[in-house]
Amino acid sequence: MERTFRIYRFNPEEAKEPHYDTFTIEVDQTWTVLDALNAIKWHHDGTLAFRRSCRHGICGSCAVMINGKNELACEKLVASLKGVITIEPLKQFPVLRDLMVEQEEFFEKLRLVKPWLINHTSPPTDKERLQSPEDRRVIDGMWECILCGACTSACPAFWDNDSFLGPAALLKAFRYVGDTRDEGLDERVGILDSKIGVWRCHTIFNCVEACPKSLNPTDAIVKLRKRLVKEKL
Amino acid sequence: MKLDVTYHKHDVVVVGAGIAGLYAALKTSAEVDTAVISKVYPTRSHSGAAQGGCAASLGNVMEDHWEWHLYDTVRGSDFLGDQDAQELLVRDAVPAMYEMEHLGVPFDRTEDGKIAQRPFGGHFGNFGKSPMSRSCFAADRTGHAQLHCLYEQCLKHQVRFYNEFFGLSLIMEDGVCRGIVAWDMQRGGLHVFHAKAVHLATGGHARCWKITSTAMANTGDGLGLIMHQQLPLEDMEFVQFHPTGLWKHGILVSEAARGEGGYLLNDKGERFMETYAKAKMELAPRDVVSRAAQTEINDGRGIGGQDYLHIDLRHLGREKIMTRLPQVRELALKFMNRDMITDPIPIQPTAHYSMGGMPTNLDTQVLRDAGKDAVPGLYASGECACVSVHGANRLGTNSTLECAVFGRRGGIKMLDYVRAHAGHEDLPGDAADAAREQVEHLLSTAGSNGVRPVELRERLQLSMGENAGVFRSAEGLARQVQICQELRQQYRNVTIEDGGTYANSELTEAIELGNMLDYAYVIAHCALQRTECRGAHWRTDHPGRNDKEWHKHTMSWLEGDQIRLDYKPVVITRFQPEERKY
Ligand SMILES: Cc1cc2nc3c(=O)[nH]c(=O)nc-3n(C[C@H](O)[C@H](O)[C@H](O)COP(=O)(O)OP(=O)(O)OC[C@H]3O[C@@H](n4cnc5c(N)ncnc54)[C@H](O)[C@@H]3O)c2cc1C
Ligand code: SF4
Ligand code: FES
Repeated sequence: MERTFRIYRFNPEEAKEPHYDTFTIEVDQTWTVLDALNAIKWHHDGTLAFRRSCRHGICGSCAVMINGKNELACEKLVASLKGVITIEPLKQFPVLRDLMVEQEEFFEKLRLVKPWLINHTSPPTDKERLQSPEDRRVIDGMWECILCGACTSACPAFWDNDSFLGPAALLKAFRYVGDTRDEGLDERVGILDSKIGVWRCHTIFNCVEACPKSLNPTDAIVKLRKRLVKEKL
Repeated sequence: MKLDVTYHKHDVVVVGAGIAGLYAALKTSAEVDTAVISKVYPTRSHSGAAQGGCAASLGNVMEDHWEWHLYDTVRGSDFLGDQDAQELLVRDAVPAMYEMEHLGVPFDRTEDGKIAQRPFGGHFGNFGKSPMSRSCFAADRTGHAQLHCLYEQCLKHQVRFYNEFFGLSLIMEDGVCRGIVAWDMQRGGLHVFHAKAVHLATGGHARCWKITSTAMANTGDGLGLIMHQQLPLEDMEFVQFHPTGLWKHGILVSEAARGEGGYLLNDKGERFMETYAKAKMELAPRDVVSRAAQTEINDGRGIGGQDYLHIDLRHLGREKIMTRLPQVRELALKFMNRDMITDPIPIQPTAHYSMGGMPTNLDTQVLRDAGKDAVPGLYASGECACVSVHGANRLGTNSTLECAVFGRRGGIKMLDYVRAHAGHEDLPGDAADAAREQVEHLLSTAGSNGVRPVELRERLQLSMGENAGVFRSAEGLARQVQICQELRQQYRNVTIEDGGTYANSELTEAIELGNMLDYAYVIAHCALQRTECRGAHWRTDHPGRNDKEWHKHTMSWLEGDQIRLDYKPVVITRFQPEERKY
C-alpha cells in the first residue's frame, strides 16, 4: 500500500524558515508512523531528524504531532490514519531540527520541583519502610509518566508563558507530595506556590487529552492546590 | 573540516544512564564530582522497559533464602555463571532492594505494608522444589519505576548530565583509562572527558537481530569502546530469545500472558507445546518454548505457512483479560490492531537479552585478559558487562537486579579508587584523534556514491536471525562469519547523505552500525567454536551439553580482521554441574 507523508522540515543552520517535504512510500499493514519515518530516513532522505528508541511507547522519545494531534509516533499505526499524514514537531518547544525539539528546559523544570523523596525520619536499616496498599495507590496514575512532553506542549498556560513549570513537572511534584512516605511539601511550597507554579493552570484539560499514556496531570495540579491551601491554613 | 573540541574534567564519568549507570553515579556523587553521558535522555534508557520485576529473597510473601535464589540462578545459567559473582548478586539483592525502597521506588505492597512479591519463571523455593514469589514489582512497570527514581536521586545529588552525548572512544595511556571522548548529538562537536574513573553501563546489544524486543538504542556501542582498545569480550555467543515477540515488531508480549493460561497454537490450531514439554506445556522455560516455536515455524506449521504462530487468550474471557492483562491487550490492539478478547495474536521468537559482554571482576573493574588483570580506572556493570551472573541463560528479573547490585557496588568501589588517586593522570595529546578521524571520515562521505547504511544493517539483521538465532549449526555459523566479514569490508565504503555536524542522527546511526558489525562478527565466531548446547546457545549439529570440553568462558579479542580466542574456567563454589531439567 502506498501512503503519503507531509513532514515539517527545519534546519536552523541552513534556512531561516521551516518548510514541508512530501514523501510517498510503500508501507506495510503492520507499520507504525515511526516505521514510516525510519523508512523515509533510511531509503529516501538521510537528513531527516527525529527521536526514537524503545518503539513501543515506554521511553517517551518520539512524541510528535500527527495530523494536528499529539501522539507517540511509535504507537500510531499508519493504517489507522486517513489520507495524507502530516507530521510536525511538538508545539511551543523550540525546534532543534525537523521533528526534534529542544527539551533541556523541560527536563530542568523537573529538578525545580525536587522530584525525590524527602523524609526526615531515617528508614529502618535492614527492612523496607511500611506503606499500606491503599496509601500506595494514592500515587497511581502519577508515577507512570514517561516524560514525553506532549502535555506541556499542548498546554495553553505554557504557550502564554513558557517559564510555567507545566503539567509534566507538576504531575511529578504530586507523585512525591502524594507519596505517604514523603514529608517534603514545605520544601516545595516555594516553587509550587510561585508565579510559575500550580496557579498558572487554567484547568483547560488539554494535557489530559494530549497524554498518550492516559494520565491526568490536571488532577494532580488540583490535588496539589488543595494540599497547598491546607498547608497555608 | 575542523571539528570543535571541548574539554571537561570530572572525577568519575559514567557512560550510560540505565539502572546500572545511574546507580553507580548516585553512589559516587555522594562524595566526588560525577558526570553521566548518555546517548538518550536518561529516562529513555531501555531499563524503563522492564515489566516483570526485580528478584530478591525478601521472603515477604513466603519463606525464602538467598541460598535458594542462588541455586535457581546457578541452574538457570546452565552452570556457566561464576558462582562467587552469583552469590554476591543474590546476597546483595536484599539490601539493594531495601535501599531502592528507601530512595523512593514505588513498589506495590503486601497487605501488611511490605514490598509485594510475585512468582516469575525459573524461580523456586527449597532448591527447585516448590513455587516461589521472589519478584519485587511496581505494577508491570518496575524498570520504569526504578529508572525514574534513580534519575531523580541523581538530580538531587547534583550529578552532571550530558544528555544526547555519544561515547566514541576511550582514552587509554600506559594501560590506564583516563577518560572518554564523546560526540554532542545535538550541537555537534567532540568533547574530551578527562576522568579518574570511567564506568561503562551501555546496556544490551540485541539490535543486530531484525526481530528483537530491545530498543533501537541497544546497539552495543560500549562493546565497540572496549574492542577498539584491544580489550576482550566474554561469552558473546550467549543471547537469549524470548518466545513471544509480536510478529514483525519483535515487541515483547509479557510472560504473564502464558502465566495466566494463554495457549500457543500452530497453523492446525494445535497446542504444539504438547510435543515438546508435555508436563509444563506453555510454562516451560523460555529457551525451551522458543525452540519449540521456532521448530514449528521451520517445519512449515506457522500460521498460513508464514513465520508466526498464535498466542490465544480467548478462553480466559473478557473479565480476566481486562483485569489481569490490560497492558498486553493494549499492546496487541495498538500494534496489531487485534483484540485478544476476540482474536488470537500473531507472535514469533524475539532476540531479548545479552548474557555476554565486558568481562569484569567482582568489583566491576574491566579485565584485560582471561586471568585477573584489571584495567585501572575502567569499570563496567549492567547488561553490557559479564561478571558473569547469567552464564548461558539469564533468569527473568535477575537482570535489573544485576544492574542494581553491580551498579551500586561499582559506584562504591570507584569511590575507593578515586579517593586513593589525588590528581588526574595527564591526558595524552592525541586524546581526541581516533574519534576525530572516525567522525571526519563519515562526514566526508556525504554526497559520494557508496553503500547506504541501511543495506548493510538489514543484511546483517536478517542473516543473524537465519544463521545465529534460536537454532545454530556449523554450516550456518560459518556462513554468518563470512557474511560479517563481507559486511565489514563494505562498511569501509559506507556513505551518508548528511555532511553537517548539527543534530546529525545519520552520523550516529552509521557509527552504531559499525559497532554492530564488529560485535556480530564476534558473536558468530564464538558461536561457531562452541560445539555444544548450553542455555540459550543451541547447536543442532552438537546435541547436549558437553561439560568435559566446554565448561568454560569464551574470551574474544577483535584484532583487525581476525578474532583471537582464549578460554577461562568457571568459578564453582557450591553447586557442581548437573543436568538442567524442568
Ligand atoms: C522488553 C524487555 C523487558 C524486560 N523485563 C525485565 C524484567 O522484568 N526484569 C528484569 O530484571 N529485566 C528485564 N529486562 C532486561 C533489563 O531491562 C535490562 O537488562 C536492563 O534494564 C539493562 O539496564 P542497563 O542499565 O544495563 O542498560 P540500559 O537501561 O539499556 O541503558 C543503557 C544506557 O547506555 C547509554 N549508551 C549506550 N551506548 C552509549 C554510548 N556510546 N554513548 C553514550 N551512552 C550510551 C544509553 O543511552 C542508555 O542510557 C527486560 C528487557 C526488555 C527488552
Ligand atoms: S503526563 Fe503524559 S503527556 Fe505528559 S509527559 Fe507524562 S506521559 Fe507525556
Ligand atoms: S520510541 Fe519510545 S515512546 Fe516511541
